[in-house]
Amino acid sequence: MEELKGKAWKFGDDISTDHIAPGRLFHLRTDLPELAKHVLEDADPEFASKMKKGDFVVGGRNFGLGSSREHAPRIIKIAGVSAVLAKSFARIFFRNSINVGLPVLVCDTDKIDLGDELEIDLAKGIIKDTTKEIELTFQPLPPAMVRILSDGGIVEHYKKHNGFKLD
Amino acid sequence: MGKTLAEKILSAKSNEDAKAGDIVIVDVDVMALQDGTGPLAIQQFDEMGAEKVARPDKTIFFMDHAAPSPRKELSNAHMMIRSFADRTGAKYSEICDGVIHQRLVESVTSPGDVVIGADSHTCMSGALGAFATGMGSTDLAVAMAAGKTWMKVPETIKVELKGIFPKGVSPKDAIIYFIGKIGADGATYQALEFTGQTVESMEMTDRFTLTNMAVESGSKAGIIAADDITRKYLADQGRADDYRPEFADDDGEYVETHVIEVDSLEPMISMPHTVDNTSTVTDAAGTKVQQVFIGSCTNGRLSDLTAVAEILKGRRVNKGTRLIITPASRDVYLDAIREGVAEELVEAGAMITGPGCGACVGVHGGILGDEEVCVATTNRNFRGRMGNPEGSIYLASPETAAATAVKGEITDPREFL
Ligand code: SF4
Repeated sequence: MEELKGKAWKFGDDISTDHIAPGRLFHLRTDLPELAKHVLEDADPEFASKMKKGDFVVGGRNFGLGSSREHAPRIIKIAGVSAVLAKSFARIFFRNSINVGLPVLVCDTDKIDLGDELEIDLAKGIIKDTTKEIELTFQPLPPAMVRILSDGGIVEHYKKHNGFKLD
Repeated sequence: MGKTLAEKILSAKSNEDAKAGDIVIVDVDVMALQDGTGPLAIQQFDEMGAEKVARPDKTIFFMDHAAPSPRKELSNAHMMIRSFADRTGAKYSEICDGVIHQRLVESVTSPGDVVIGADSHTCMSGALGAFATGMGSTDLAVAMAAGKTWMKVPETIKVELKGIFPKGVSPKDAIIYFIGKIGADGATYQALEFTGQTVESMEMTDRFTLTNMAVESGSKAGIIAADDITRKYLADQGRADDYRPEFADDDGEYVETHVIEVDSLEPMISMPHTVDNTSTVTDAAGTKVQQVFIGSCTNGRLSDLTAVAEILKGRRVNKGTRLIITPASRDVYLDAIREGVAEELVEAGAMITGPGCGACVGVHGGILGDEEVCVATTNRNFRGRMGNPEGSIYLASPETAAATAVKGEITDPREFL
């Protein structure tokens, strides 16, 4: 897997899927590139216009709580975010992210500030904060999810094995 | 070693001796989608190259979030759903039929089922002794093709309710209280099993309120044993044959047990902007409220509407407040009309809309203005949830919502009882 590089955009605890893909934009769910222009709008109205391709979303606890809308991780990915880092993730958001191929990394995000430059090696499990000159590690993914991710998402996994092959 | 309800159901559906922590492939009995998540699942299904839906009779799309459609994009999404159903034999539920989870418990979910839904409150079906959980559109797409999905068997937290609810206090208050105590991520990846004498004597309508909100603590499922009350409910729905008893083993292993003494509970409220930001209604009383919304899969049933009508009887909705009531399903709506409840509500100043999700998710049916405050009987109060990030939402019981509508400010319902 390639090395990821970009700037950190900090968000607080409990960023919900309503913050990421609000219900008032329900009609854009069949137009994801358009919906992606509003990604995280209710947490930071300017995020979508300010972020650059490759940047990182850095949350606190329980990132992605709330609804099952898979549109949330999809538009984060479509917007060009290369990974989401958080202290913890809500269950459905985490599973959806793996299914759509968005890296979601559990680490101590208190050590990262807005604007820090990050370099992440997914294979080695290392996050380098080059602004602060520190290194952080992230929790390895559960083995079943590593299989799905390395097959390229759940659809590819299912096609490749003609079923589920998770053990 | 005995099993929890989650372990029992997932063992039966995977043909394995499933214990918490195991990864299992399970047969899925019911696959549910809605108009917000269904179209993406259809796209993924087509992208997989799949053509046949494994269980067409139990693959159901519900048009409820945008019902009737307020915009052409959503009308087109509905068209996409209808034509997918026509081509695959999958079923759909029309805009007038009601909210996905209410429709599932009324007509689809049976004890022992594995139910997956592209909607987080799918956990509500667990009140019928089923393992029901929310997933994303792509997981549903794969399951629609395969008739199966993969799952990690969750650990289970036992939530034991004891005692009798005091007047003016309801199961909604108990679940708000519990989520405040355990936190919005207090049970992530785990299942909640609701037990105890209070639950054993509780009507299904109230059990639905408990399991509906399980996900607000991060839980994967909320489950209640299928007992005589379940049997009676299914029989009343014309589904007596769907009943089978479903109980946990006495020596099942639970990671934690919480006991809630409901005798000492007070009316509770979730304050903006998280469900676990809870308070007693007494402490929040006095806040001016412009909109009261009664409805949703959490509290949009006949018993909820009746409780509201009892408080509104002989009173009027406050001049500065609008009261919007959205029945959770066509059956609820019809019963409310037949029993005269609808008339009482409208007479007192309420607006009753057609069944569906209504104002709950901010698509239509009661969008808040800037700085407006809403008290709702729904399950989520995240910023922007009701269509405007400048609005604020408080979550409460139907009784508290009704008392609030009368006074125009957050009000303890015990003042009216
Ligand atoms: S009523 Fe609200 S919570 Fe229930 S399914 Fe509809 S939008 Fe979701």
